[in-house]
Amino acid sequence: MAQQDLPAGGQGGVVRGRGALLADRLRRALGSDVVFSFKQSKVTMVAALITLIMVAGAILAPWIAPHNPFDLSTISLLDARVPPVWAEDGDPRFLLGTDDQGRDMLSTIMYGARLSLLVGFASVLFAATLGITLGLVSGYLGGALDSVIMRIADVQLTFPAILIALLIDGVAHALLGVSSKEDSAFYVLVFSIGLSFWVQYARTVRGSTMVEKNKEYVQAARIIGVPPVLIMIKHVLPNVTGPVLVIATINLAVAIILEATLSFLGVGIPITQPSLGTLIRVGQDFLFSGEWWITIFPGIALAALALAVNLLGDWLRDVLNPKLR
Amino acid sequence: MASFVVRRLLQSIAVMLAVGLLAFMMFRFVGDPVNQMVGIETTPEQREALRVKLGLRDPIYEQFGRFIWKAVQFDFGISYQFKQPVSQMLASRLPATLELSIVSAIMAVLIGIPMGVYTGLRRHSWLSKIFLTVSLIGVSLPSFLIGILLIFVFAVQLGWLPSFGRGRVVDLGFWTTGLLTLSGLKALIMPAFTLALFQLTLIMRLVRAEMLEVLRTDYIKFARARGLSKRAVNFGHALKNTLVPVITITGLQFGTVIAFAIITETVFQWPGMGLLFLQSVQNVDIPIMAAYLLLIAFLFVLINMIVDILYYVVDPRLRTERGLAV
Repeated sequence: MAQQDLPAGGQGGVVRGRGALLADRLRRALGSDVVFSFKQSKVTMVAALITLIMVAGAILAPWIAPHNPFDLSTISLLDARVPPVWAEDGDPRFLLGTDDQGRDMLSTIMYGARLSLLVGFASVLFAATLGITLGLVSGYLGGALDSVIMRIADVQLTFPAILIALLIDGVAHALLGVSSKEDSAFYVLVFSIGLSFWVQYARTVRGSTMVEKNKEYVQAARIIGVPPVLIMIKHVLPNVTGPVLVIATINLAVAIILEATLSFLGVGIPITQPSLGTLIRVGQDFLFSGEWWITIFPGIALAALALAVNLLGDWLRDVLNPKLR
Repeated sequence: MASFVVRRLLQSIAVMLAVGLLAFMMFRFVGDPVNQMVGIETTPEQREALRVKLGLRDPIYEQFGRFIWKAVQFDFGISYQFKQPVSQMLASRLPATLELSIVSAIMAVLIGIPMGVYTGLRRHSWLSKIFLTVSLIGVSLPSFLIGILLIFVFAVQLGWLPSFGRGRVVDLGFWTTGLLTLSGLKALIMPAFTLALFQLTLIMRLVRAEMLEVLRTDYIKFARARGLSKRAVNFGHALKNTLVPVITITGLQFGTVIAFAIITETVFQWPGMGLLFLQSVQNVDIPIMAAYLLLIAFLFVLINMIVDILYYVVDPRLRTERGLAV
């Protein structure tokens, strides 16, 4: 998964070809503009490295984390609020100290990042799927449906995403009942973040669909009697998804931040399975009693992740869209 | 002109009605309003009687009409949790949020524009690079994190500023203000800065981009050729022409600032509308959620409409384009 995020692997996503073909593809991919510009920009390389480390740490958390923060038999309240190793009362078992329940901070952060990334990816995927579908339908079919979808998009675009996500979150919890909060929190969060992002995809895809649908290959398909649904999926879709990738990367950073913000506000992921935002919220109470590491370390992790993904997104936008340079 | 304003007005009313419908549906169908009002011992007959009395058995469109009619008169019902009229609760919290938002908007403009002008004029100086890097961090860091860091440094470590609340406020009868006392002002600094940071970076980048654009135009070259002083060219000609988009964006962003105040108010426990809204989301207090939604939507629609109409007044080209399009 993480490997495919590298530009070199991105082109070789289809592993259909045999040896020679694959090597040829790899050589072409390595010689491309994207890789060249990647090598040119030190900032991007650092950002990619940080992203890679954090994603790897998050995915591999169950195997490489020094402790399992959810295994109640290994945590002890006697270990609670131990400062980081380099502080006076530090304990070599806990590199970054422990939280109020005696959980190792480093492990908790790794598990938290896992959840944050999962919510980020899932909500971007949801938003992209919804947005692309609506954009395709809207652009290809036009008419009343198009204007309804686009008016909704217009109205939604005037409100900030955080407000929309908060509202959807509140309504969803009200519908599901407060008691089910713990189980449904993840899905509600993905749903509300995703629903607050679909407009960008829909608008972009609609615009390019309207251009594509008048081209000859689409007309040809229509004449030989391909049904509209198939034309949309097989012919138009592959030609309009380019810009979507850029939006998705930038959205990933925004989604991670939004998840953290909602969790921080107390309407996101519950404390039992904390994400980075939840960790920061819980730790904030201990800031005043001098136990700064409980909130500052998850904060740094979140900041690094958001900044790195943001930088990667910016770089990708500049590379794929030379007009902006 | 008149027809444009009327059309724009109708559009805004349509949007407000749509948001109103949304709020009404939340109010009516999310949870059962009757269940929220009665105890466990109430019999089904008594519940039914209450339903009829509250008009919940009337046709839906009638209920919707009544909801809108009440909302227009700022009557949003009674909060489930606090058992107080929602409009009163919102009104008592409004000054805190407005003071915070306005001070932070002023802060963003006063710091953002000079920074933007500087980075636009001295593109390659090291200070510009620092400004740009810091602005990138400002954009990508979540604002609650910045708030916590500020609290950690200035409240916990240095102990200079209070970490929560509004400080001492003065009650003017219709308005409570923290701007007149020292503790109120001290309490305002960190929340306002946290809220301003995002806007500040936005304004700085916008002014910089506009300055770079304008400085390349012919009339600037001509102004230089006429031998005008650098100061006159940069500030009299260039800056003036960058300000129109800046004012628009700042105006349009003001709604976002109020929405973002939810986060800032939570971090600093600032007793404003945002904090109230967040509590209502956590406690599923639908009347407050619906009222806040309507209020924010009204603000957004109002700002958008004013900006659009101002554009129309200022820019004659729009008139012909619109005329052709319709």
